[in-house]
Amino acid sequence: MRDSARAAVRAIGRAAPAAAAVGLLLAFNAAFTPGFFDLAVADGRLAGSLVDVVNRGAVVALLALGMALVIATGGVDLSVGAVMAIAGATAATLVAQHGASPWAAIAGALAVGAAAGAFNGALVAGAGVQPIVATLVLMVAGRGAAQLLTGGQIVTFNDPVLNFIDGGFVAGVPMPVLIAAGALALGLALTRGTALGLFVEATGDNERAARLAGVRVRAVKAAAYVLCGVAASVAGLLAASDIRAADANNAGLYLELDAILAAVLGGTALRGGRFSLVGAVLGALFIQGLTTTLYLHDVSPNATLAVKAGAVLAVCLAVSERVRAWVGRK
Amino acid sequence: MRRLILACAALALLVSACKEQTAAPDAVGTKRLVVGFSQIGAESAWRTAETESIRSEAAARGVDLKFSDAQQKQENQIRALRTFISQKVDAIILAPVVETGWEPVLREAKRASIPVVLVDRGVDVEDDSLYTTLIASDFVEEGRMAGRWLAERLGGAGRIVELQGTPGSAPAIDRKRGFEEAIAEFPGMTIVRSQSGDFTRAKGKEVMEAFLKAERQKIDAVYAHNDDMALGAIQAIEEAGLKPGTDVILVSIDGVRAAFEAMVEGKLNCTVECNPLLGPAAFDAVMRALAGETLPKWIKVEDRVFDQSVAAEVIGTRQY
Repeated sequence: MRDSARAAVRAIGRAAPAAAAVGLLLAFNAAFTPGFFDLAVADGRLAGSLVDVVNRGAVVALLALGMALVIATGGVDLSVGAVMAIAGATAATLVAQHGASPWAAIAGALAVGAAAGAFNGALVAGAGVQPIVATLVLMVAGRGAAQLLTGGQIVTFNDPVLNFIDGGFVAGVPMPVLIAAGALALGLALTRGTALGLFVEATGDNERAARLAGVRVRAVKAAAYVLCGVAASVAGLLAASDIRAADANNAGLYLELDAILAAVLGGTALRGGRFSLVGAVLGALFIQGLTTTLYLHDVSPNATLAVKAGAVLAVCLAVSERVRAWVGRK
Repeated sequence: MRRLILACAALALLVSACKEQTAAPDAVGTKRLVVGFSQIGAESAWRTAETESIRSEAAARGVDLKFSDAQQKQENQIRALRTFISQKVDAIILAPVVETGWEPVLREAKRASIPVVLVDRGVDVEDDSLYTTLIASDFVEEGRMAGRWLAERLGGAGRIVELQGTPGSAPAIDRKRGFEEAIAEFPGMTIVRSQSGDFTRAKGKEVMEAFLKAERQKIDAVYAHNDDMALGAIQAIEEAGLKPGTDVILVSIDGVRAAFEAMVEGKLNCTVECNPLLGPAAFDAVMRALAGETLPKWIKVEDRVFDQSVAAEVIGTRQY
């Protein structure tokens, strides 16, 4: 018990730089963005820029949760953006073209996500393919599959249940926020409440030692990819529900990179062996907070990417232990 | 039984003889024209409509069309062009995926005396004799038409937000410039915010959400560089408790079917067509080039403005 408490403290420590970055961003907005913290309750719904950040950040937060686990096993999943597209396309075509019930569509999308994760897991853990190469297969082919499903068109739907996934509110709180929070709670329970988190870190830290110690490393890796695939399919459902359509060409495009960035900003080591789910969510909130801040300050779109890159670089340097030690020495 | 077989054989002979007779003059007289068409891909409804237009025009004119889908890759297009050249086609129609890198393969086509007609996008080459002509819409003029329509609708004054296309892309740059030119005559028309929505619904919605918060909902009109972003913005406006099309006027460009549906529902006010039906113009250009005529380097496609008043009647005739 004391060990797990210590592990929890360590995990919080890893998330500290991301938390500080989010704090700085909030401080900046408190000073320079009038009305950023305004919260209004209209029609029993929370509204405001802060709500937008959390609401919009939910997609990358979900991806980052799965990504943190995969990265902690010493892998990476480049296919999450494509899996989002397939999941959205599956749900939209089931409802709009095959007249399926929305619940069947949701189940279908989640099943597709799990299958995609299992495919990645089989290639990495079963066949021993390098994770970057293995998941690159689905990153490229997956978007193609999604385009085949939708026939290259944007498939629109209007179904109360599917619309509710992203557009609904429970007790005034937007659904994406609740879904992301639920996923975080579930992830924490799975990894810190059971030994799974320890196994994941052991696998990523030293696969051979973990195996000799009795950890079933292949199963652990496969499980991480499946969880990541399911998280990506939930994100895909959110993205499709957001615009009430499946846009196979654009849904989740390049979001795998945002997810990796969020996980790493949140204190997950790219070489594997340690992760922080809270940090991953904070990382995602930082990225979205930055985007929303740039919109609100009307920074020219041509300069947006440069500003973002600068902010991310600053956070990465702050996370780097060597830089911190160097600054501390002075 | 024997007779029956004989009769059948005689009939077959007769039929084949007739066939030969009708086919003969065609084969000897006018040779069927062979045209190669290298298309970018099928990434949008717009492009599918363009492909369909060129295919059906080829069929209508009895041209043998060799079609190649490049799946968004320039190397596939270059390979397709080389194949067309080695097959000695009479002419090539090319929809280039990017502007640069075409010089060597176009030079090969020129050496083989095969005219190349570009459709919907230009190429960046030093020597403009490398292609016959470009058939494309004038993106700047599209922006101007949207600006003029909006100025009239708003009575020359209003707070406008702009949803730009992908930064650096030709349609985004030109549609922005044209719109700014058109509204420059009306000092009351101001663009209060302008951000990129990357030509997608999701980004259009996200940016519009931020605009509504930042401007505290005091936005008179939205100008979107394509229909998809406007459709996303419509959802953001609805979720903010305003009525799109009434509280906030929306004008966009492209004229896809979903935009017409939104206009019929009263949520979108106007779309400026960017016509993908380039088949007839492309084959006119091919024929004129083969007849030895010199063509202007840019044949502009006529685009039209559609607003809510005509949306219901024309929606049935829209092909894309």
